[in-house]
Amino acid sequence: MRQAFRSLVGAAALLCSCAQAAEVQVAVAANFAVPLAKVSAAFSAATGHTLKIAAGATGKFYSQIVAGAPFEVLIAADAETPKKLVSEGHAVAGSDFTYAIGKLVLWSAKPDFVDSQGAVLGSGRFAHLAIANPKAAPYGAAALQVIQARGLTEALAPKLVTGQSIAQAFQFVGTGNAELGFVALSQVIAAGPAQGDQRALGGPESKAPGGPAFLPGKAGPGSYWLVPQALYGEIRQDAVLLQRGAGNPAAKALLAYLKSPAAQLVIKSFGYGIDP
Amino acid sequence: MTADDWSAVRLTAQLAALTTLLLLVAGTPVAWWLARTRSRLKPLVAAAVAMPIVLPPTVLGFYLLLLMGPQGPIGQLTQALGLGRLPFSFAGLVVASVLYSMPFVVQPLQQAFEAIPERTLEAAATLRAGPWDRFFSVVLPLARPGFLTASVLGFAHTVGEFGVVLMIGGNIPGVTRVLSVAIYGHVEALEFESAHRLAAGMVVFAMAVLVALYMLGRPTGRAAQGLR
Repeated sequence: MRQAFRSLVGAAALLCSCAQAAEVQVAVAANFAVPLAKVSAAFSAATGHTLKIAAGATGKFYSQIVAGAPFEVLIAADAETPKKLVSEGHAVAGSDFTYAIGKLVLWSAKPDFVDSQGAVLGSGRFAHLAIANPKAAPYGAAALQVIQARGLTEALAPKLVTGQSIAQAFQFVGTGNAELGFVALSQVIAAGPAQGDQRALGGPESKAPGGPAFLPGKAGPGSYWLVPQALYGEIRQDAVLLQRGAGNPAAKALLAYLKSPAAQLVIKSFGYGIDP
Repeated sequence: MTADDWSAVRLTAQLAALTTLLLLVAGTPVAWWLARTRSRLKPLVAAAVAMPIVLPPTVLGFYLLLLMGPQGPIGQLTQALGLGRLPFSFAGLVVASVLYSMPFVVQPLQQAFEAIPERTLEAAATLRAGPWDRFFSVVLPLARPGFLTASVLGFAHTVGEFGVVLMIGGNIPGVTRVLSVAIYGHVEALEFESAHRLAAGMVVFAMAVLVALYMLGRPTGRAAQGLR
């Protein structure tokens, strides 16, 4: 057993071209999970480092990190959580930066269900509207702002179903159990081409970055409305180096790579804005 | 405690009570059949009943979400009947809980029924008691401790349900936000004080229920002597 393990380690060392290849434990906001998988492949090819990725709601990661979770980098869905972690001494001061600006969409798995103005929101033609938990996920809070801006808070309250993260909200809509939902544009793009506002996607050629299809053969990517930025506070998504990763060069390399033009191209291809 | 938290407590109690009631009604014939049958299908049925003990709640939640969804067979049936769809509804939680807590009701009943000697029933038969009479005036009194255990376990296990509810509930206050989900929400939002209040209540409840259960488990009275 031990010998087998040794030869396995030996083989792994041979396979790895980079002598300093290391592993990074990354906690990533659910909306950025698919883009990060793409960035991760390019990052590993360029540096030899590998990522161990856990995806979930940013608020949940905060409590886990405070409780001593072994994450080295947090790629959050907001700017507040990384700042809070820095001020509380759980993250390295000055390491936080905005890697993406999130875009909110109103999405349905049904084609032609969501119109280009989002008028369907006030139509009453649906039983359930999925959002992410507004207390734990910034996209959930942004969704509530949009509903309020449309003056529909009271009307829609009984129709709201809350996913514990934006990933579950997406899943509720993807399975058709909720006809509509506020999700991240990146998730819809990752699921494949959808009908919607193509301007946000930076031209048709960058439309389908080849993410995994959601429920192959079943629900199509449907239709969506790209919510105008004026209706909700900007979702600045920050990444930060956590104290656990302070001594890991691979963790620092990952954060540097996220700022590189190659990574930004991938990030933009999923519909995110980039901090100018 | 906030009104929201109280509504979660009420909802949980309603869900657990309704689930237990349905399981006692539906589980009794199943348990009786399992206790008395010589059918070759018995291991198959017993295994199906016991499945929720082994399977992670996510498996049940996943399949229920697909089956009860708009494209799923159950979803299409409920829609055709004009009942709407089950996910995100209280009725959906009841369906899920009945499946999830089934072994905790059926198995104690089955054990209680198995402990009743065949001779007792035969003696009743010679006294011209019909099958229904035998069941209600002989089996039910003898199996009373089994019914108590089944009710307590079925109720408590439904109260302790989390994964399935999280997957098909949608966390709607007053409809699907049960205690376990409310606690999870408080923890996620870092409202630890509210989480503590509910969580501590659950600890006290679980302890009380289990103490009661183990006290019931002691053989006392004539009925229990007949069992052992």
